[in-house]
Amino acid sequence: MVGGGLAVVTLRNIIHSAIAMMVCFGSLAGMYLLLGAAIIAAAQVLIYLGAISVLILFAIMLTQAGDANIPAPFHRQVWLAAVVALAVMGLIGWAAVTTNWGDNLSAAAIGIQQIATALFTTYALPFEILSLLLLAAIIGAIFLARRPEEDERAN
Amino acid sequence: MGLAGYLVVSTLLFGIGAFGFLARRNAILMLICIELMLYGVNLSLVAFNAYLPGGANAGGVFALMIMAVAAAEATVGLALVIAIIRTRQTPEVDEYSDLKE
Repeated sequence: MVGGGLAVVTLRNIIHSAIAMMVCFGSLAGMYLLLGAAIIAAAQVLIYLGAISVLILFAIMLTQAGDANIPAPFHRQVWLAAVVALAVMGLIGWAAVTTNWGDNLSAAAIGIQQIATALFTTYALPFEILSLLLLAAIIGAIFLARRPEEDERAN
Repeated sequence: MGLAGYLVVSTLLFGIGAFGFLARRNAILMLICIELMLYGVNLSLVAFNAYLPGGANAGGVFALMIMAVAAAEATVGLALVIAIIRTRQTPEVDEYSDLKE
């Protein structure tokens, strides 16, 4: 999975990057299954492998002008970016490894029923706000991606 | 592979995403890298939920919510990128320099 992630940021051709991203999504779903979170793995496969990947691939196909001259993939500040990213990684990784997480280190499966109960009782208000957010996102996306000629024709 | 192993993997994902976001020039790829960073956080949430007791499954619920928010963000972000590319004819973010004096 980490290899897939690295391929996403280093590959020159953006379509190859998107396919590496799909590999990364799939192995992440496998990791959720290893953690016993079957519902989250299913959501991962449905939402990301199914929907977001296709959306991103469509966007790439819509915007690519042809692969004759692929420009340089990185900024000039690539080394600065690498240093910053490595510093963040090192700091978080050091914190994660050196912290004592207690003795009960065995993964407990997350039941679908418990998730559903928590989602619709304790977290019912965030759930409703989330549906509002999704509606706003749909309307915003339609508005932004509309071609300008169409609203001239509408006027 | 214990909790620390999952946390290290999620840290690596987050760092790779951060590096890609800072270093790549393509706008769509920057969006993909934001997604990678969100997955890093998501994986750590699910791992904490599985390994640490007493959270009332908050980790799993918030992982699902982050997925929905990430989907909304990807939709709006891609629509914005497509609109920008349509007017500027290039996906490279360092060509968007009209506001620079």
